[in-house]
Amino acid sequence: MTFLELEGVRKAFGAAAVVKDFSLAVERGEFLTFLGPSGCGKTTILRMIAGFEAPTAGAIRIAGRDVTHLSASRRAIGMVFQAYALFPNMTVERNIGFGLKVAGKPAAEIAARVAEMLALIKLPDLAHRYPHQLSGGQQQRVSLARALAPNPQILLLDEPLSALDARIRVALREEIRALQRRLGVTTIFVTHDQEEALSISDRIVVMNEGAIEQAGTPSDIYNRPKTRFVASFVGTLNMLDGGVVDPASGVIRLGGTTIFARAPIAGATAGDKRTVALRPEALRLGLAGDGDNALNVVVEDVSFLGAVVRLKVRHGDESLHVDTFNVGAAAPPRQGETVTVAFSRDDVIVVDVD
Amino acid sequence: MSPAPASPRLGPRPDWAAWVGVAPFFVFSAMFLIAPTAWLLLGAFQDRDGALTLANILRLGQPSIRNSFWLSLEISVASAALGASFGLALALAALRGGLPAWVRPTLMTFSGVASNFAGVPLAFAFMATLGRLGLVTVLLRNLGFDIYAAGFSILTFTGLTITYLYFQIPLMVLVVTPAIDGLKREWAEAAQTLGASASQYWRMIALPILMPSVFGAALLLFANAFGAIATAYALTGSSFNIAPILLYAQIRGDVLHDPNLGYAMAVGMLAITGLSNLAYLALRARSERGR
Amino acid sequence: MSRGRLGAWVAVGLGAVYFLAPLVATFEFSLRMRRGEYSFDAYRAVFASGDFQSAFLYSAALALATIAVVAAIVVPTAYFVRLRLPRLAGIVEFITLLPLVIPAIVLVFGFIRLYGSSSILPLTATSLGADALLMFGYVGLGLPYMYRAVDTALQAIDARTLTEAAQSQGAGPVRILIEIILPNIRSGLLSGAFLTFAIVIGEFTMASLLDRPAFGPYLQRIGASRAYEPSALAIMAFALTWACLGLIQLVGGAPSAAAKR
Repeated sequence: MTFLELEGVRKAFGAAAVVKDFSLAVERGEFLTFLGPSGCGKTTILRMIAGFEAPTAGAIRIAGRDVTHLSASRRAIGMVFQAYALFPNMTVERNIGFGLKVAGKPAAEIAARVAEMLALIKLPDLAHRYPHQLSGGQQQRVSLARALAPNPQILLLDEPLSALDARIRVALREEIRALQRRLGVTTIFVTHDQEEALSISDRIVVMNEGAIEQAGTPSDIYNRPKTRFVASFVGTLNMLDGGVVDPASGVIRLGGTTIFARAPIAGATAGDKRTVALRPEALRLGLAGDGDNALNVVVEDVSFLGAVVRLKVRHGDESLHVDTFNVGAAAPPRQGETVTVAFSRDDVIVVDVD
Repeated sequence: MSPAPASPRLGPRPDWAAWVGVAPFFVFSAMFLIAPTAWLLLGAFQDRDGALTLANILRLGQPSIRNSFWLSLEISVASAALGASFGLALALAALRGGLPAWVRPTLMTFSGVASNFAGVPLAFAFMATLGRLGLVTVLLRNLGFDIYAAGFSILTFTGLTITYLYFQIPLMVLVVTPAIDGLKREWAEAAQTLGASASQYWRMIALPILMPSVFGAALLLFANAFGAIATAYALTGSSFNIAPILLYAQIRGDVLHDPNLGYAMAVGMLAITGLSNLAYLALRARSERGR
Repeated sequence: MSRGRLGAWVAVGLGAVYFLAPLVATFEFSLRMRRGEYSFDAYRAVFASGDFQSAFLYSAALALATIAVVAAIVVPTAYFVRLRLPRLAGIVEFITLLPLVIPAIVLVFGFIRLYGSSSILPLTATSLGADALLMFGYVGLGLPYMYRAVDTALQAIDARTLTEAAQSQGAGPVRILIEIILPNIRSGLLSGAFLTFAIVIGEFTMASLLDRPAFGPYLQRIGASRAYEPSALAIMAFALTWACLGLIQLVGGAPSAAAKR
């Protein structure tokens, strides 16, 4: 059931349009992530949902109610900021209880709720500490507790993990996801880190220059990117120049080699130029099986990255990266060797030329 | 010139070039900052024959000196309290009041100038404004308010306080601006999402956060007023007997008939300004830590 | 207009009235020297006065000497403390705060007692000695601002890296200071210089007690004896302060070091 709806939302600062005709429906209880590079408008959209910015055009509805011009303090939305934003003059306890105090709840109720939230974020002993006495990760969890304490209808998180160490980031994102599942609160998460987005979202909205490039599950976004931007923003990608030979049966020419993509190639006619994108992990060294594509390449460089061995190979005058797992006794090929690289037709991503 | 490859970790070998470089600073401060002050400190605890005594300090309690200190205290507290309140209001208005962008830099520049425009010229300016024949006095009289008939005079406590505010308010603006800038936008936004109104935000979050800085700045203003003499001297001559003016008269002509008492006065003034400045620095350090 | 914004405008408006009224009143008064009409007679009288010229030149010369001395003291100190003697930073910063804590009248009192005619170094006994003493007093007054300005500039240009680059080319500390550091902290130095100039020109307490023919005591004398010239001088003093701080903005420094006490 649609809980949050954005319809035709636009935001322009003077002549510059930061968000262009944005429409989206978010289900109740869904964990949705806005993913995109800096300046793509994702934070602006979040701030419009929160009520800090007013859309230049369009409507925002929560549970059917139009909130487009409702002030932020009346929207019952919880927000977690990148810079934690805990009130430095208040203890953890008073920070978490602030929303309830503003709402005029009795002291006993506030105390009980605060204790509940502290247990939820697993920091029961820090009630009387001040924010400057906490680590970054602890502050962010308190910030989360503060946002959730008044039982908001929507939880917004604006790049909450960007200011934290890499190690804590991974642990905390899983905690956030677990918490969200348990409470069932509709959540919108903004990030530029695609690994973060892929790992915890129900759905991802990839944004670029104020518009939606693609919305879908993490698997959709990664394995079936619809545009060049999505394909290159999420995961690493090899991009090769291809010429469409037969769109109906998915035949494409890559330099001097013919390969098969999934048929049919949408919107193409014979002779069209397309970019063929291949994930490095989709490429295998060795002989091609039935129905697989094969490229003859020359090894230029071998990088040992630990669990992964990354090869840089050359096909014609184009370079590709091939990622293979560091298993098996076989030594990786040496510089200058010619090898065969194989991949399934399902792994061929065809996108428009830039 | 020998190329001396300087390494920051020199081990037992002292860094001659660096010590020579900082020597002038230490020689200067020893000769012209520390030694004079120490000399006064010593003199305050000595009697005419050089023996150590607390008598001078105790005699600070004599009526003329006690009154002058009290007067100084009053005017310093008054100008500091008023300067801090008005300065805070002005700074908040310019920085967070939603005013056009040109207001802030104008206020900052003007405050920079006005906080340095103390002393004799300031006294002249206020004479021309609120003196018996001053422009504002005349204007008010034409409107029906004769302030001099009502007992006001620029040469009194009230007049001097109003004059002092001309550099106290800008100083407050300059000192408190970094603290106001340090109020993160996210705090106001977080408070909003938690349902707080603007006045609740100010009452429960912003003002409590600002209080140490405001209080510290008030202490700075206090010390500033306490040690100031030129404005008062130019305005009231030596008739308005604040501590610096009494000390001035003592230095000039030994009006207290006891040189060591002059030392004691100087040390007394120093103790007061020193303590308030220390408190200001302590409060500033504490409020900066929270950011 | 929201209630908050109205309140802000009222506050700023009242502030503007309070701060501009004295300037307007003083300027108006200074134009009234010629009976019955506005004129710049008061200003003319001031500029023509020999006392004014000699007092102003005296203070200006003293200010320039002060700036030279304080720069010569501060630049090597700030540089070497930052680069080679970081443990001294605490005590050096404490010392630069002393002139702000010790009232000028207390300091000059100490000078008179310590360097008076009956002491080991009787600076006050001679005219030149007293001039030097006053200058050193002013060096103390300007020290905090100059140090802050230079230190900030050194930080901004990453003096350590520049020094290491120069050292790898074989330069010694004096050459580095003069040819590399000094040119690059010019704006910081100028900021400190303009502020010191403004402070010295208007200073009264020290000059008066050391009995020097400086501009401050001259101003006070005029105030006691003349009617319109003081107002003209006040306007000129304000204009001069404004010019000094305006020049600081121009060379790219902070609005006022007084803020950073």
